[in-house]
Amino acid sequence: MARALVNVPKVAQQGEVVEIKAMIAHPMETGYRIGPNGSNIPRDIIRRFACTYNGEAVFSADLFPAVSANPFIAFSLVATTSGTIDFTWTDDAGKTQTASATITVN
Amino acid sequence: MHEDPLRIYAGLVGRRQFLRAGMTALLAISLPRWAVARPSLEEAIRTFTGGANVLDGRVRLDLPPLVENGNAVGIAVVAESPMTEDDHVRRIAVFNEKNPEANVAVFHLGPRSGRAMVSTRIRLATSQVVVAVAEMSDGSFWSSRASAIVTLAACIEDLS
Amino acid sequence: MHALWWLAAVAVAAICGIVSAAGIEDGEKRSGFDFMTPETQALQADDMSNPGMLWVLQGEQLWQQAQGRADVACSGCHDDARQTMRGVAARYPAFDAATGRPIDLAGRINSCRAERQQAEPLAPESDALLALTAYVTHQSRGMPITPATDARLARFRDNGRGLFQSRIGQLELSCASCHDDNWGKRLGGSVIPQAHPSGYPLYRLEWQTVGSLQRRLRNCMIGVRAEPFAFGAPELVDLELHLTEQARGLLVETPAVRP
Repeated sequence: MARALVNVPKVAQQGEVVEIKAMIAHPMETGYRIGPNGSNIPRDIIRRFACTYNGEAVFSADLFPAVSANPFIAFSLVATTSGTIDFTWTDDAGKTQTASATITVN
Repeated sequence: MHEDPLRIYAGLVGRRQFLRAGMTALLAISLPRWAVARPSLEEAIRTFTGGANVLDGRVRLDLPPLVENGNAVGIAVVAESPMTEDDHVRRIAVFNEKNPEANVAVFHLGPRSGRAMVSTRIRLATSQVVVAVAEMSDGSFWSSRASAIVTLAACIEDLS
Repeated sequence: MHALWWLAAVAVAAICGIVSAAGIEDGEKRSGFDFMTPETQALQADDMSNPGMLWVLQGEQLWQQAQGRADVACSGCHDDARQTMRGVAARYPAFDAATGRPIDLAGRINSCRAERQQAEPLAPESDALLALTAYVTHQSRGMPITPATDARLARFRDNGRGLFQSRIGQLELSCASCHDDNWGKRLGGSVIPQAHPSGYPLYRLEWQTVGSLQRRLRNCMIGVRAEPFAFGAPELVDLELHLTEQARGLLVETPAVRP
């Protein structure tokens, strides 16, 4: 069960620049913290975030341990055609989580 | 009369040089791995730009000057660009001065972005400088820097 | 760094030398929200950026999921939480006839699991328990805290008040020494808020996750170098009772964000 919140306007005018917000539950464990037993807590972060619009790559981000737990990213997109906006988060182990939203463009 | 072994050694490499080497070695042993390994802010930026000149302007980094908790600091980066096919921002990178690693995030944008604007939340281990660098489609780099004072929470929880 | 905080705490202990009195006047009651920076307030105010909403979302999903040997979901009995759970959390902790003691919302969720769903209890501070508690409490967001007036709760609430005012730990501080007598002043770089539980479970930046009121109480006990009560201990529930009574009239904020 992906625990992700994405915010995409339901309706937009063609050519309008819309704001997108995406947030996912993840500890973003830095690898620099010491656990209660005195040993390092192993690094476990979301390394890459990508956004596609009707299958076409439109935005992405490479993340490092300095990005906060439960990473939040806001960016903008041009509303071109009605369709689906997909979001993918990939962690250190290569495991991915996804979310998507639909947009109607008039 | 016997020679002081330190003096013999020092005579070979020069006493100051010897002491300096010894101090560096001690420092390297006593610090965590990352503290000696991390590149400086400027080195990290150079790696990103491939050594290209970085100009001031065309980018604005918003960072609160006083931070209540360094675990989640909201930042926003805006670059001046028409964001057309011919003239747009390709990448926006964020770097820090004093965290264990210099990189924070690299955002990949393009004409489909419409506006060169990103915001996120970052960790600041302590009070420090943060720099945002934008790479334009013509290959030029522009940057903005800001600094934040990070206060520590009074009631921290033991990891137990 | 710890030594510094130790010194700061000792300094506060010295300042707070006088035993606390009657608590906070009604007109002076303020949520912890009011003591935060505008940036942290903004984080809480926008549901699309408030990380606590990730737990509310998870709770909404769990609410619909059949659990236990009874193979029934919360929604199987309680239907749509948006209607049936509205205002419920604002009255908790409530009196639990089965045990003859007060029970908090997380305790109620676990007892419901045991009795109705015939499922194992969820561990304290597990994402699932926090998520369900946050989801149910979120249904009361914006409503005033109105603790149950059940007379059977009175002696437990009195016990909670006693605990709140008792000096404990190596620093010999009571909860009241800081939160009743010195709210608004600073401990190190942080403002001392009044102790109002109006936003739990909440997302604490220091924790980098959502946590319960019991976790916060245990934090404070560790902070004054006292042995903390175990999760689920009756003393913690009594303290919760006292705190919700003190916060009567403040609005439920769940999921709140705190530094």
